[in-house]
Amino acid sequence: MNAPSPEPIGRFRFMDAQPVNLDGLAVEDPRLGLIAFDSPHDPAPSLVLGPEDTVLEMDSRPAAEFDVLDEFIARHGLDLDVAAEAMALDDVAFAQMVVDPQTLRAEVLRLAAGMTPAKLARGLALLRPVELGMAMTKLRARRTPSNQAHVTNRSDDPLLLAADAATAAAYGFREVETTVPVLGDAPSNAVAVSIGAAVGAAGVLVQCSVEEAAELEMGMRGLVSYAETVSLYGTEQVFVDGDDTPWSKAFLTSGYASRGIKMRVTSGGGAEALMGASEGRSMFYLEARCVALARAIGAQGVQNGGIDSAAVASSVPGGVRSLMAENVMVMARNLEACTGNDALMSESDVRRTSRTLPILLAGSDFVCSGFGSIQRYDNMFGPSQWNAEDIDDFLVIQRDWGIDGGLRTAGERQVAGVRTRAVAAVRAVYRYLGLGDFTDEWAAQAVDAAGSKDVPAADLMTPLVAARIIRETGLTMLDVVTALYETGFEEEAGRILALLKARVAGDYLQTAAIFDESSRVLSLVTDPNDYAGPGTGYFPTADRQAEINAVRQQRSVDDLRAEQAAYRSGALRAVGSAGQGADPREVVIGVSPAVGREIWLTLSGLTVVEALGELLAGLEEEGCVGRIVRVNGTIDLGLIGLTAARLSGSGIGIGLQGKGTALIHRRDLPPLANLELYSVAPSVDASLYRRLGVNAGRHAKGATPEPTRNPYSDEAIEARYHTKVVALVDIERRCSDPDRGVEDLEVDR
Amino acid sequence: MIALGASGRDPLDITLDSVRDGAVEMADVSIHPSTLEHQAQVAEAHANPQLASNFRRAAELTALGDHEVLALYEALRPHRSTAEELTTLADQLENRGAVRNAALFREAAEVYSRRSLLKR
Repeated sequence: MNAPSPEPIGRFRFMDAQPVNLDGLAVEDPRLGLIAFDSPHDPAPSLVLGPEDTVLEMDSRPAAEFDVLDEFIARHGLDLDVAAEAMALDDVAFAQMVVDPQTLRAEVLRLAAGMTPAKLARGLALLRPVELGMAMTKLRARRTPSNQAHVTNRSDDPLLLAADAATAAAYGFREVETTVPVLGDAPSNAVAVSIGAAVGAAGVLVQCSVEEAAELEMGMRGLVSYAETVSLYGTEQVFVDGDDTPWSKAFLTSGYASRGIKMRVTSGGGAEALMGASEGRSMFYLEARCVALARAIGAQGVQNGGIDSAAVASSVPGGVRSLMAENVMVMARNLEACTGNDALMSESDVRRTSRTLPILLAGSDFVCSGFGSIQRYDNMFGPSQWNAEDIDDFLVIQRDWGIDGGLRTAGERQVAGVRTRAVAAVRAVYRYLGLGDFTDEWAAQAVDAAGSKDVPAADLMTPLVAARIIRETGLTMLDVVTALYETGFEEEAGRILALLKARVAGDYLQTAAIFDESSRVLSLVTDPNDYAGPGTGYFPTADRQAEINAVRQQRSVDDLRAEQAAYRSGALRAVGSAGQGADPREVVIGVSPAVGREIWLTLSGLTVVEALGELLAGLEEEGCVGRIVRVNGTIDLGLIGLTAARLSGSGIGIGLQGKGTALIHRRDLPPLANLELYSVAPSVDASLYRRLGVNAGRHAKGATPEPTRNPYSDEAIEARYHTKVVALVDIERRCSDPDRGVEDLEVDR
Repeated sequence: MIALGASGRDPLDITLDSVRDGAVEMADVSIHPSTLEHQAQVAEAHANPQLASNFRRAAELTALGDHEVLALYEALRPHRSTAEELTTLADQLENRGAVRNAALFREAAEVYSRRSLLKR
C-alpha cells in the first residue's frame, strides 16, 4: 500500500495561502537569460579604437561581428574623447563617484558617456540598494519629481476616458498615457483623453500607445502631445522581431522631433528572456545595451525598469534591485528616466510596495511610467503596480516621508466638478464635430463611475465610429480646439492650443521636460537637478509641502470637537455635589471630566448616554442600584473608578472614560489595580457594557462574576483610533478641574 | 528668441479666434528648422551631442510631408528595402538637403546588408 502524499502541516497550509505565493519565482538560469546581473555569458568590457575614431572592438566583440545594436552604439553612442579615461577607470572608483555627493552629476555623466554598455553595467551593478537611491537623487535630470498616469477603460468609452483623465490631472499627474483594447478606437481615445486632461489642469501631456507608425501619425495631427511606445530591445533577434532596427528607430525619433513632439523610448530588463532570445546574457547587461542605444539614437529619455517584463525581472534573485539600477543607468546617460513601477510585478501588496518605495523616496523624473489612475480591471495595459485602489495609499506615503511623488490630494467636490465638465466637454465636441451623440443616462453614469462596470449605458460602437470619422476626415487637434471654443469650453480650448503652440518653441523637446501648471517648461535645461548632499537639491516649496501634507483624511482636535458636539444632548445633567452612599446595593459609576460636557460619543460609536444606560441596566439585572458621578479632578481611569468605588454604598465602582474605556474598581484596591478592565474602547459594544454592569453588580453582592474576555480583532485598532484618542485625552485634560470635585449626574434613559 | 512656426507664422498671431476662423494650419503650430538648430545647440551645451544630432536630422525632416516621413520610416524597417532602394532614398534625401538623414540611410544599407536585414 502506498503511503498517502503527506499534507503539509497547518503552518504551511496557512502560509501557502498568502498572496506572495501566487508569484512565480525562478531559479537563476543564465542560459534562459533568467539572471539579473553578471551572467557568465556577459562580455568583459572593452573598447579598441582604430584610425579616425573607428571602433575595432567593443565589449569583447570585434567590429566584423557587431550586431545592429553594437554597430549603432559604436558609430553614434560613445564619447570617444573620454573613452580611454572612462574605460580605464576602476569599477569601484566609478561606483563611488556615482554615490559621492561631492562628485558633481556632470562629472559622472562625462565619464559614463565614454563607457561601453558592459563597462557602465559593471560599475552600476556594484551599487547596493541605498546607494542606488543616492545615485537616483543625484543623477536624475530634472530637479522636480513628477508622475505619469494610465487612463484607459474596457469599452474605450470617451466620456469615462475624459472623466478619468480630468481626475488624473486633478491628482497632479503631468503625463497621461492611454491605449486601446480595440486598435481602431485610438484617435477617439486620444481626443477624449486630451479634452479630459485639459479640463483637469493646464499643461498635462497626453499620449496614446499604439503601433509605432500609427502613433507618429496621431502626433502629426496634434491628437497627442508626446510619445513613449518606441520600444528598444537588447538583442538583435528581439529587436528585429519587434519590426524595427536602430536606424528605423533613430529615424522615428527624428520624425517626432521634426514635428516638435516630445518622445521617449521604452525598454526594460527581462523582455529578451520573455521573448526567448537573451543570448544567455544578464538582464542588466542587455538593458545597458538598450540604454546606450537610446542615447545613441538621440532620444531624450527612456521608460524602463522592467515595464511589461517587470515580473520576469522580479522573479530572479536581485531582480528588483536590477530594475532600479536600470533607471539609474538611464540617468547616468543623461536621459530622462521614467522609472517603471508600471506593470504589476506581484500579487503581494508588500512586495509591490517594496519594489517601488526606494524610487519614490529617491525621487524620479516620473516615479511611475504608468500609475493606473483607473481601477485595475479597466487598465488596458494590464493592472499597474499602483492603481486607483492605491491613490490614497500613495498620497499618505508621500505625507509619511515628506517626499514628493508628484501627486496631490483632490477633494470629492473638486473631482466631481472636473468629471462633470470633462463629460460635458466631450459630449459637446463630439456633437459639434459630428463624431457621435451620448445619452444623458450615459453621461450621468460616466461622471459617477468608479470604473467602466458602472457605465452600462456605454455603447461600444460610438468610439469606433468616432475614430473612423477622425481618421477619414483628416481632423486635427485644431478642429477640436475650435469645437471646444465654439461650445463654451474656452479655457480648455486655450489649454490645448497652448500645447500645440509649445511645439513651435520646442523647449519641451529637451531632456525630461514637463509643463508645470503655469505652462512653464521644467526640464534638464530649465530645472536642472542640483543635488550635492544634504541641504541641497529638490525640496518641496512650502505650498507644495502643505499640499502633500493635507490629505483628505487628516483631522484636527477642532474637527473632533465638532463631531462630538453633534451628539450633544440634554439627557445627561449635573445635579449637584456628590456625597457618600450608604445603600449596600449601590454601585457608583464615575465618568471622566469631559463626559456630558465636551464628549458625547465613545470610540465604539455608542453615545455616552447609551453606554451609561447599558451599565445601569446591567446593575438592575442583579438587583443593584446605579448612581452616576462625574469625577472632575482627574482623567486617570483607575482613579476615577476608585473615587466612584469609595463613594459607593457597596464599595464597588465603575469607571468610564469619555472614549469608552471602562473598568470595575473596589474601594480597598490601589488606584492602578482593578477587578475588570475593558480596555479596547472601539470594541466595547452595548452587550459588553451590559455585561460589565452585571459583573459590577455581582461584585457588589459578593457573587461570582461571568468571565469575560476583551474582544480581540486583527484590525489596526491603534492606527484607526490613536489620533482620536490623543484629541479626546486633550479635551478631557482641558475639562479637568480638581476644584469642581465630584458631581452627581442625572441621565434620561 | 521668438520662434516662428514651420510655416513662418508668429505663434503670438495664433489665437482661439484665428483657429476658429479656420486661419490656422498644423504647419503653423509645427517647429521651424532654425528652432531645431537652436535646440540642438542647447542640447550640446547640456552634454548630449546625440540629442543634438537628432534635432539636426529632425530639422531636415521639417521640409518633408507627414506621409513622406511615414514612408521613409517604413522603408527603414527590417526587410522592407533592398540596398539599392535605401541608397536611392539616400540620394533623394541628399538632393533635398537632408544630408544627415541621407547618411543614416546609407549606413543602414551597409549594415542591413551585413546583418541580412534587407528585403529578401
